[in-house]
This record gives sequence, C-alpha cells and structure tokens, in this order.
Amino acid sequence: MRGPERFLRRFGAGVAAAALGLSFVGADEARRTERRSGFDDMSRETQAMQRDDTANPGMLWVQEGEALWNRKEGTAARACAECHGDAAASMRGVAARHPAFDPATEQPIGLEGRINRCRQVHQGADAFAWESQDLLAVTVFVAHQSRGMPVAAEDPRLAPFRENGRRLFGERLGQLDLSCAQCHDDNAGKRLAGSVVPQGHPTGYPLYRLEWQGLGSLQRRLRNCMAGVRSEPHAYGSAALVELELFLMSRAGGMALEAPAVRP
Amino acid sequence: MARVLINVPRTVRRGEVFEIRALIQHTMETGYRPDAGGEVVPRDIIRRFACAYNGEEVFAAELSPAVAANPFLVFTAVAAESGTLSFTWTGDNGFSQTETRPVAVE
Repeated sequence: MRGPERFLRRFGAGVAAAALGLSFVGADEARRTERRSGFDDMSRETQAMQRDDTANPGMLWVQEGEALWNRKEGTAARACAECHGDAAASMRGVAARHPAFDPATEQPIGLEGRINRCRQVHQGADAFAWESQDLLAVTVFVAHQSRGMPVAAEDPRLAPFRENGRRLFGERLGQLDLSCAQCHDDNAGKRLAGSVVPQGHPTGYPLYRLEWQGLGSLQRRLRNCMAGVRSEPHAYGSAALVELELFLMSRAGGMALEAPAVRP
Repeated sequence: MARVLINVPRTVRRGEVFEIRALIQHTMETGYRPDAGGEVVPRDIIRRFACAYNGEEVFAAELSPAVAANPFLVFTAVAAESGTLSFTWTGDNGFSQTETRPVAVE
C-alpha cells in the first residue's frame, strides 16, 4: 500500500480520482489504496450527528472557545482577538498545517502547543493544562475555522521529525508487541471486536467521542492506543507524540478537516 | 452558565408539527464512579427538563444517572400561535438554567 499512497500524494487529486477508479479491481485492493476518514465507517446516525451543527456536541466547545478567544487574559490583559482579529479569516487553514515548524526551537509544534506558547509570550498568562477543557475549547475553535480544508502539513524543514514519526508508527511496543501500522495499515477496514479498525487519519481533532462523553485531543487518542497495547504512553506534549501527530497529518495530506468530528 | 445548542425553526405554519432540539453541556456524573483516588464522585446530574410554549408546559422529561453526558433531547410541538418557547433544565447542586427562543406562526 505504500507505493500507491506516495503516488497519490505526489500527483494530487486528478490522479487520485483515476487511482480510485482503478481500485474497483478488487475489494482488498480498494481497501489498501483508498484513504477513508473514520467518518465513512460510522453508523448513519453518528454521521448525521456530526453533520448537524445543532446536534454535534463538539459545537458546545466551539462556543466556549469563541468566548475564550474574546476574553482578556494574563498580565497583558489582551484577548486572542485583539491581535488575530476575526478568527474566521485569520485562523482559516491554520489547523491544516499543524504541527508546524517552530523557528524559535527548530522543532515541530502542535496546535495546542502553539496556543499555549501564544498565551505565555503574548498574553503573559499561564499555559493551559494539557487536555483541560479550556485548552480543548480554544483548540477546537481554531480547528473549526479550517473545516473542509485539505490537510497540508508538508513543511520540508520538518522532514527529519516526520521520518521519526514514521519510525514510531512502525515500531512494535507494549506487552502485546504491536505497532500502529499493524492495525491501521495492515488490518484497517477489518474488525476489532465490534468496531471497524480505522486507517487512523487524524482529520477531525479535537473530536467528540461518544465513548469519552466529551471532547478529546489527538494526543489523548494516541495515548489510549498505547495503553491498549499495554505500553507506557508518552507524556502529553512530548516530542514523540508531536512527531507521531506530524507523520499522521502528512499521511492524511489532502484529506478534508472535519473538526469537531464525532466518533463512536 | 452551561453552553446550549437549541434548534427551533424561526417561522412555522399554523397547525404544523415542528421539531425542537435541545442540547446542553453537562457532565451527568452518575454518582457510581470512583475517581483516581478510589473515592466515589458524588452524583451531579440534570433531573428534569421542561419546555413551555407561551408559559404552558408542552414537554417535560425526567433524567436519570443512566443518561449520557451532554443530554440531547428532540421532541415536537404543534404551532398554535406566535410566541416564546422556554427551556428549563434543573438538577443537582442547585443547577437551573432557562433559555428562550421566539417562534413566529404564519
């Protein structure tokens, strides 16, 4: 599946459509070449919940995030909106290119990390705790502005970090001795107990999981999977998790963002 | 104040049955769950939801600990006259919130 994947990324949407046409050769072949969002494998009811902004519980956090966006914070008593203005214009496309290259540290930085950096440097406020409701709310508010846009986390300066993410994705870990790729590349589309194993494209984060009964980040999801194979999860904000995020975003390059998505 | 999402059509025809959707942000803590330290987290749920149409109650629901977080209720009403729909959620720890939405009947 690696071959066609790389091919798709290099030659863009026209060739992608042609390749999808060819994939009717066989169901197995289709499963390997066609990239699917987790959305496509959900029940019709859950899909309807995500599509309708008055039924999608993630929109509650978007509202919360909008309020925080306009609230004065920190010793600078400055709101996000005072520098960035209307988020609908200034934040459009931002989530699609994160994790992005951070020139200050010459490292990749995720959207959550970027928001916290901005709080500390420009607002003189304390960083939000990882996975706190406030951080999720601002993150999903920003990510929501990019809904429908194609993922484009392709900064060439991030190549070594992306490669490290790819390596982590293929690395066996935990007592179950499983790598991410063994489920999400080799066995995607099959079932693990009652659930379809998704291809693992992070297009909807932060998203509302019915299982969590709340909003959660991609890092929470990754840590869940790590605990699932009985390994010690990497800490929130650690370099390894950001590199995995980076690799997953480039793997999902060109797919449409859905934040806030709903997943079972 | 908890965040809410309410979906009511702005205008409806007289006699028409129309759909109302109400979603509110609430943890709906069951009272059966232990926290990280092993202590049971006290129950904190919404006990009752009611919708009134021009002051007259047209729909009500009693919620229990088995209801998921962020309860989402969908129900219908018959459009009789223009007026105001009011939505009230009440629950544990003195939780009470009321939201209103206008409805125009043509």
